[in-house]
Amino acid sequence: MTTATASHDDHHHGPEKGLMRWVKTTNHKDIGSLYMWFAFTMLLVGGAFAMGIRAELLQPGMQLMDPHFFNQLTTMHGLIMVFGAIMPAFVGLGNWLIPMMVGAPDMALPRMNNWSFWILPFAGGILLSTFFMDGGAPAFGWTFYAPLSTTFAPDSTDFFIFAVHLLGFSSIMGAINIIATVLNMRAPEMKLMDMPLFVWTWLITSFLLIGAMPVLAGAVTMMLTDRNFGTAFFDATGGGDPVMFQHIFWFFGHPEVYIMILPAFGVVSHIIPTFARKPLFGYSSMVYATASIAFLSYIVWAHHMFLTGMPVAGELYFMYATMLIAVPTGVKVFNWISTMWRGSMTFETPMLWAVSFVFLFTIGGFSGLMLGIAPADIQYHDTYFVVAHFHYVLVTGALWSIIAATFYWLPKWTGKMYNEGLAKVHFWWAMISVNVLFFPQHFLGLAGMPRRIPDYSLQFADFNLISSLGGFAFGASFILLTYIVIDCVRNGKPTTARPWASAKGLEWTLEPKAQYHSFNTPPSRALIEQESQNS
Amino acid sequence: MKRLTTLLSALVAMMSTNVFAEYGLNMTEGVTSISHDIYDLHMMVFWVCVVIAVVVFGAMFYSVFAHRKSKGAVAAQFHESTKAELLWTIVPVIILVGMAIPASKVLIDLEDTTKAEMSVKITGHQWKWQYDYPEEGISFISNLAQSHKDVVTGTDAEREAVGNYLLEVDKHLVLPVDTSIRFLITSNDVIHNWWVPAFGVKQDANPGFINDAWAKVDEIGTYRGQCAELCGKDHGFMPIVVDVVSKADYAKWVAEQQAAAAAAAASATKTWSKDELMAQGEGVYNTNCAGCHKKDGSGMPPVFPAMKGSPIANGAAADHMDIVLNGKGAMPLFKMLGDSDLAAVITYERNAFGNTGSVVQPSDVKSAR
Repeated sequence: MTTATASHDDHHHGPEKGLMRWVKTTNHKDIGSLYMWFAFTMLLVGGAFAMGIRAELLQPGMQLMDPHFFNQLTTMHGLIMVFGAIMPAFVGLGNWLIPMMVGAPDMALPRMNNWSFWILPFAGGILLSTFFMDGGAPAFGWTFYAPLSTTFAPDSTDFFIFAVHLLGFSSIMGAINIIATVLNMRAPEMKLMDMPLFVWTWLITSFLLIGAMPVLAGAVTMMLTDRNFGTAFFDATGGGDPVMFQHIFWFFGHPEVYIMILPAFGVVSHIIPTFARKPLFGYSSMVYATASIAFLSYIVWAHHMFLTGMPVAGELYFMYATMLIAVPTGVKVFNWISTMWRGSMTFETPMLWAVSFVFLFTIGGFSGLMLGIAPADIQYHDTYFVVAHFHYVLVTGALWSIIAATFYWLPKWTGKMYNEGLAKVHFWWAMISVNVLFFPQHFLGLAGMPRRIPDYSLQFADFNLISSLGGFAFGASFILLTYIVIDCVRNGKPTTARPWASAKGLEWTLEPKAQYHSFNTPPSRALIEQESQNS
Repeated sequence: MKRLTTLLSALVAMMSTNVFAEYGLNMTEGVTSISHDIYDLHMMVFWVCVVIAVVVFGAMFYSVFAHRKSKGAVAAQFHESTKAELLWTIVPVIILVGMAIPASKVLIDLEDTTKAEMSVKITGHQWKWQYDYPEEGISFISNLAQSHKDVVTGTDAEREAVGNYLLEVDKHLVLPVDTSIRFLITSNDVIHNWWVPAFGVKQDANPGFINDAWAKVDEIGTYRGQCAELCGKDHGFMPIVVDVVSKADYAKWVAEQQAAAAAAAASATKTWSKDELMAQGEGVYNTNCAGCHKKDGSGMPPVFPAMKGSPIANGAAADHMDIVLNGKGAMPLFKMLGDSDLAAVITYERNAFGNTGSVVQPSDVKSAR
């Protein structure tokens, strides 16, 4: 603690006052907060779309909207949640935490950092504005398969393409910034294998982003020229191939799902050791497993395409490669459980979220393994079984870790403690309702309900009703979460520098509310070793 | 509310008796060798996952209950074991190889379509299926049944009354039992997916390309499925119904269809009266057009324009035939319909809803193609 506080007063200046602070800021903590609040806003917007979807699916028949609007809602729900909520939230966590965790004063490229955030509200605004255009918003699913998204799409699709380009710029710049920070701004005494796992997972994620986002940009650019400039990349009548679109999309799309889960692995690897009061089990194997998953994520993309008419050799290869991912993912789960084993555990709110992450994410992993079995995928593909699978890994996986991280580091961000009792009530509320929401969807899928349909046959009515009621309860839990966070920021009790006694990491050596400029002088070797997860 | 009470009583029933099957909790075993193989594979992987889950979650929850501070647990400090890491790398690999072997066998078998005795070509359209029997010269289009379209915005009782809500079509696909059938699957516009769960057949219909799949159905019966790839507005409303019949009944059905096809070909060459066209056109309109343009021609502006007072319906017949035959933007093309049906529906659109367009004959459509 002494190292940082002793040096930071030299030319101390606080943040600018008023709105312009947030527009002009180059401070990683301010930008981290901007990202988090933007992501939370988008989570509520995307959640509102989900409420609309579940309300229409509450019972058979069309009650609230026409099928075209339903398709707009499913499409925009997916796009907003992936590109507006989950990804910016992780970039926000990275901005807040990575400089503090590696003992750096700020991100390596602070002005670019400002830019990569401020692109987002405009990209999100363009995307949302399509609802008000003639022909409506994009209605072809978040996977926007051609030719539904090219020849047969509404005019607003060109705005969607522009928004995706902007989101891609923002992500690539964010990734470059994190790589530059970790590799160049890290405390000179900190070796790579001293780095906390959140930094490791984000470093690896950044390389996934740099590899995957340009491919997405390529896909939407080809769509743009197909739509407007007479090319026929995805149009068979001009010599193109609609299946090629899916190859390009999933070459981005599969790394993308790991972009949304690797930082989550990092978060959980911080929280479990803290509340088990025991060092993280298998630090180096965690690093290697993360790198293996990242590598494998590039070579399994066509397991999303088993039904497109691939040759059998292709199906066999993609099935084997996909099954292989279970191995490093399993290593991680085993390491977390070994960390808990013979620990001395307490279950404060962050730990509750982290343990339920391990439980529910693993359920999503099991259904993922089942989906990877190519012949069985014939019956699972494009049903609610898939919907259940990816909501278990994205909601109770990625989102769970973001909420866990928020509760875990909120005291460091605000210098105040949230209301533990309310936070536990919120946890159990969300935990129970999310399972009522998504677990029955496994049954719906196995019983034969396709995804992305606005109305369904009567044998699916009961589970849809249960799922919708769970969905409304889960949606309502976010009202309480909003209250808990705002209450903490405004009225929380002051906390100490290290509110979780067993927490390790350089960020806990800072003041209770991390000072606006931290680590103006790098931490010493002794301090780094003392705070290392790799002990 | 009624649904909620039935649901609650159903939940109580589920706890006491084994009614899981009725609630469709699991994958269908189906009626083909492929669907049986898939089901067996699914159950095998499922039980492997259950066993792993019991071990892994068992260890985790034991730890959560036993190793807590409130019970006086003192934290051990171990944090590494190369042996353990190797163990939980190698054991999963062995389990995965054990799963991959049977999965590969099934996959190779279901992709082998060479043993087929007959072929059916399946073409997806927004939002209906077209079935062609190339050897028998039969071709027809299968739409969601009108009685079902009518109750989409109706009451629960009406939806129950129609039976198999949303899973009924105006013309069933008919196939012979105990015959290896090769499905040639393609699309005329966007990507669709032809899925009949009981057959274990689900294959993308890609525009410009033909995929294949096969099935040999063991049991006579009626089997239902749906489009399984988002294909636009009425993706949820293009079901599949297959009647699997005895070989004798199938031969009879083929003869009937061939006779009907000959009669239709004859009617396309004659000149129709306006009343005949209007009568025929109303049915075609309600089946194919009313989903977007509405039965009363009011449409759903601005996406789907009104038919009433439409400049195209009241303008030159050539432009009207062009947009119906070839589509435009969100408007799908309809050139797969026969000349008489197209002439009838275009005439209907030009003269119903207070419109004052000209009459179009099948011969006009034929020359406009």
